Amino acid sequence: MQKEFKKAFEVSIPVMMGYLVLGFAFGLLLVSMSYDWYLAPLMSVFIYAGALQFVAIGFFNAKMGFIDIAIASLFINIRQSFYGLSLLKRFKDTKPFKNYLIFALTDETYGLLTSIKEDKTLSKKHFYFYLAALNQSYWVFGTLLGSILGLNIHFNTAGLEFSLTALFVVLCLEQYKNLKNIYPFLIGGSSALFSLCFVSSDKMLIASIVISIISLLVLKNRVINEQ
Amino acid sequence: MNNNEIYIAIVIMALVNYATRLFPFLFFRKKELPPFLVYIEKYFPAVIMTILVLYTLKDISFVTVPYGFKEISGIIFTGFLHIYLKNYLVSIFVGTLFYMILIQYF
Repeated sequence: MQKEFKKAFEVSIPVMMGYLVLGFAFGLLLVSMSYDWYLAPLMSVFIYAGALQFVAIGFFNAKMGFIDIAIASLFINIRQSFYGLSLLKRFKDTKPFKNYLIFALTDETYGLLTSIKEDKTLSKKHFYFYLAALNQSYWVFGTLLGSILGLNIHFNTAGLEFSLTALFVVLCLEQYKNLKNIYPFLIGGSSALFSLCFVSSDKMLIASIVISIISLLVLKNRVINEQ
Repeated sequence: MNNNEIYIAIVIMALVNYATRLFPFLFFRKKELPPFLVYIEKYFPAVIMTILVLYTLKDISFVTVPYGFKEISGIIFTGFLHIYLKNYLVSIFVGTLFYMILIQYF
């Protein structure tokens, strides 16, 4: 047990930096818009999805409908629906932790789980569980810190919401590095611009998603042949 | 939204989020993915990230002075930082700081 925890901690250090900082920013941002401080850690415990939690602040501000929230959440997180495929084998025999491991499958935890070499001397399920739980604890702790500090220390937070834009810009660049294909970005960009111009701002996200999926399907040959 | 609405929204997001993570464990125990899903899986993440960049700027007016100049500068600055330093924390942190300075002092 001790050994598994130690190894999990070592492996999780890079994620710790990321989650503490981003979690902190999330907590700070939510409180700066004068929502109750405990909502941020609550979300980090029960939702535990970075991009979605940040975007959710926008849902709250826009008083978005619940069905629209469900659809938007589905598409923002749909990439995660494919993570499990490469983990089906690894997650075998991980009971009683399996449900938690699936719940805690964020981009970063997925990245770690698929890139570390198996160590036969460790109990796999305990090691995975500690790794997943440590990562989430960093996220929750960062959030808690951000929301409590944000509540007590007052400084000018104007422009802080740009951290969300910056996050997605970085994620776009990472996507481009893997795909080396400009089409999905053109499709996403033009669908969003179209919706910005012609759809009311609370429906903009849903409209963009629908238009982009149709475009992606219509332009399938073009997108694939680009590579 | 008031707190009760936010609680419902949190429950919805938590369930949908868990469902997306659970999906392959329920439906693809052995089978191969259909080609349609393989295609969506590969390209949709890039599409949604691009949409989200613009979504975060939906309340910025690009037709009045300064025409979204601060936002566009912030994006270009963040992008360059990320291309040259390749550290996502530095890019997000310094990019946001840059934008906050633009907003608060100019």
